[in-house]
This record gives sequence, structure tokens and C-alpha cells, in this order.
Amino acid sequence: MSTNLSNLLYLVTIVTFVLALRFLSSPAHARRGNQIGAVGMTIAIIVTWIKIGSTSWWAIAIAMLIGGGFGAVAARKVKMTAMPQMVALFNGVGGGAAALIALAELHRILPEPGAPKVDISLAIVLSGLIGAISFAGSMIAFGKLQELVSGRPITYAGQQFVNAALFLGCLAAGIALVAGVQDEWLLWLLVAGAAIFGLLFVLPIGGADMPVVISLLNAFTGLAVALGGFELESNVLIVSGMLVGASGTLLTMMMGRAMNRSIANVLFGAFGQVSAGGAAAAAVSDGGTVRSATAEDVAVMLAYAHKVVFVPGYGLAVAQAQHDVRQLADLLEAKGVEVSYAIHPVAGRMPGHMNVLLAEANVPYPQLKEMDDANPEFSRTDVAVIVGANDVVNPDARNNQGSPIYGMPILNVDDAQSVVVLKRSMNPGFAGIENPLFYNPKTVMLFGDAKASIGELISDVKTL
Amino acid sequence: MSHNTLLVFEVTILVLAIFLGIEVISKVPALLHTPLMSGTNAIHGIVIVGAMIVLGQPDKSAFTWIVGFIAVVLASANVVGGFVVTDRMLEMFKKRERPPRDS
Repeated sequence: MSTNLSNLLYLVTIVTFVLALRFLSSPAHARRGNQIGAVGMTIAIIVTWIKIGSTSWWAIAIAMLIGGGFGAVAARKVKMTAMPQMVALFNGVGGGAAALIALAELHRILPEPGAPKVDISLAIVLSGLIGAISFAGSMIAFGKLQELVSGRPITYAGQQFVNAALFLGCLAAGIALVAGVQDEWLLWLLVAGAAIFGLLFVLPIGGADMPVVISLLNAFTGLAVALGGFELESNVLIVSGMLVGASGTLLTMMMGRAMNRSIANVLFGAFGQVSAGGAAAAAVSDGGTVRSATAEDVAVMLAYAHKVVFVPGYGLAVAQAQHDVRQLADLLEAKGVEVSYAIHPVAGRMPGHMNVLLAEANVPYPQLKEMDDANPEFSRTDVAVIVGANDVVNPDARNNQGSPIYGMPILNVDDAQSVVVLKRSMNPGFAGIENPLFYNPKTVMLFGDAKASIGELISDVKTL
Repeated sequence: MSHNTLLVFEVTILVLAIFLGIEVISKVPALLHTPLMSGTNAIHGIVIVGAMIVLGQPDKSAFTWIVGFIAVVLASANVVGGFVVTDRMLEMFKKRERPPRDS
């Protein structure tokens, strides 16, 4: 196949990727878009296959079967609630591949006469560095979400110092390589250092901040792939990788804005380490008491309401209660209650995590309200039902300057006539921050596993 | 094409891709942010093209064999897993006729 023809076919691939992203602007076409992207990917693989010819074709085939087989089985078997860690895992392996390509390319060009061109060695250094950070960071993110590694922020003395030292070491190795030092081991050291850096850099970040981290690492992998395109003179890698790099960066910034925190604060703040005790003490010493209710009480409140808003959080995903919530909502709708769902942009462990869960339970997407649309509605809502959400409905974010989440936009559920909180116990949420909403006189608590509680509500509403 | 001409051309399309990426993404509603992340995750699976080129080199050392082989395994997992997960997510987004009600 001539280079011109293959490049034109790669252009077709690029166009399909742009269409895939373009089609994501509406849920109605989004799936079609993804399928178009998959076709484009297949074209690129076939074109590359033909270009390579007969060299090692069987090794490529075996490697593809192993990797593709693993990917297909993992992606098919995984439960919808485990999607965030799957995305992290597949993101990590992509970054790992980009780092390996950098190693192989340096190995190939070093024996050639003359020093490697500066732009090529720069691309190799950067894609090795970024790819390795993305690989190791994603694996830790996977481990945290899969609960193989503690989801709490892990910190130790001298952490910032170790990170800085590692980073400077990588930087020094990188500069030496770009400056023309022809030693493969430098790149190995750099990649290993970057991997340790990626690991140490995600470890201190709490599970609640994982959406931002995964989104950022996704952008990293995209960037590493684009740089790989410079090494291999491949336009399709440059454009596709950079599409992902740019969009991932934008998405990360949007998430940071939704939490009213800078990206630097998320990454280096070790969230939740901020003394949460002050806010807690304040709320409790106000003399607030917690009212708990039985499922029967809550069922009556719901069945005789005009408008009920469900506010899901990560607890919904943990309890896998999305189908039960939907069933309860259907029952209420049959009784003439207006039901909607208020979705906070950072509820859950991925951007838009709650939307996916509720979509799995066949909740029609027009019922899912984003924060800006949901907030004005609370004042004419009879009952707001909080299912496993905590920080995203914490009024301290509005009122208490001492709170670590002060300034984060929240769902103003306390504007509703009454609030029902489904919660396992009074333990503070993931970030360890006390929530005065629970002490609000409007609020009743329904303690227990969310799935079990909603099950009881369903049977009680049925009998009404 | 001389090396520098090619480099300038590559940087040009890189910069255009940045703007294209931002432009396309800013139209995606928050509702679809998870599939967006997962979909872009699948797209960077294009790294498989690079991994295949590495493993498809003639006369390669044992080192390149091993590194290339692992790279193709990882990249294929990225491609297949990425597209399948995204498809499963998007399959779930359905619109339903809302039942008429009187309140």
C-alpha cells in the first residue's frame, strides 16, 4: 500500500473519531457515534497490518488476541457499578503502551549514526514520562476504586519532598537525553521514576476526587499517544491523541470548577486531611438532634407528595440500589407524584457517574436534572430523598467558612419542604466532613443499607 | 520532505487538533460526561497503530520483540475494552414516553 493511500485511510479514521465525539452531544445518537469510531479504529488497524506486511504478523496476531480478549471479557463481565475502575484500567494500559513505544524507538534510533534529532528525543522523553505516570497512576486509581488499595488519602511524612526529588530526577534524565547523551538506561530510569511518581502522586488522593484524577490521566494518555505520533511520524496518532489530550484537559477543568477547587488543590491537597473536626464540633454543639424515621413514615411522606426529587450519590452505586430507586419512582409516578433526579456534577466516582447508573436502571434521561436546573426546583419540592450522597448536599459548603468544602456549589436540598436521608449510619462521609443537613429540623434519617431501605419503602408505598 | 518541514507540518496539525478537541467536547452535555471519558479513552487506543509498527519492524532485537509484544497486548486491551465499555454505557441511555398523569 502506498504511503499516500494509507495516510488517506488514516484520515478516514480521524474523521470517524471526530464524528464519534460529535455524536456524543445527544444521548439519542451517542451510541451510533461510538460504533462509527470503532469502525474507524478497525480501518486503522487493517491499514497498519497491510503496511507492515508479513513481518512478525503472527506475533502481532497473538498479542492482539491476548490483549483484545482480555479487554472484551473484562468489559463485558464488569458490573455497571464497577465502570469507573474499568475506565481507569483501560486508560492505564494505553499509557503503558505509549511509554513502551518510546523505549523501543530510542532503542531503534540510538545505533544510527549521529545523535538523534532534538525533537525526536524530546518526544521520546515526554511520551515515556507521561505514559508511565498515566500507567502507574491509573493502576492505583483502579486499585482504589476496586478497593484493593485503601480509598482514603494516604499520606506520610516527607511526601512532598520525595515527589519533588523523583520529579527532579526524571527531569534531569530527560534533559540529558534531549541534550544528546546517548544512553538507553537513562530512559529506563526516567520511565521507572515516572511510574513511581505516578503511583505516589495518586496514592494520597481520596476516592471522592477520583473523577478528576481519571479524567486528568485520560488526558495524559492522549498526550503521550500524540507524542508517540512524532516519534513514528504518524498523523493519526498525533491528531487522535491530541483530540483526547485536549478534551480530557477541558473535562478535568470543568470537574474542578464544579467542585470550586483548583486542579492543583485536588492533586496535592490530600483532601480530607484538613482538620474536619472543627466543623463537626460546631454542628453538634449547636444542640442539633438527629431525627430518625421508619420506612412507613417516609412512605407516607412520599406517596402524598406532589413533587419528589431523588438525590443520588456514591452510596447508591455501592448499594447497587439504582433499580430499586427506579421502581420506587415508578410507583410514585403511578400515584401522580412528579419525580425527578437531581445530579451533582461530581457525585460518584466518575464525571456523570450517576447518570450512567440511573440510565442502567432505565430512568429516562429527561428526568435527570443537572445542578443548575435542579436547584431552582427544590423550593417547590415536597420531599428531597438523598440516597447515599453527602458532601454534595452539605450546607456547610455555603455557610461555614471553616469547612474544607466551603465554596463548592451544592444541591440546595434544604430548600425543599422536607428532606429524607438514606444513610447506613451517622458516620461522616468519605471525606470525613460532618454534615449539618442531618441536624436540620426539616430532615429525617432513614438508617440502613440503601437497597434494603428502598425495598421497604416500595412495599410500604404499595400498601398505601 | 525534509525533517524540519515534516516537523512544522506535524506541529500544525497538533495545534489544530487541540482546538478541534475543545470545540467538539464543549458541546457534550454533563449527562454524557462518563461516556465521553470512556469514549475518548477508547480513541487513544489508536496507540495500537504505533505498537504494531514497533512489533512489525524487520530485523528487530530481542528487546524490541518483548517491548513491542507487550505494547500490542496493552494497546489491544485499551481498544477493545474502551469501545465495549462505552457501548455498554451508551446502550443504557434511552428515552421513554412519560405516562400521562393528573396531579
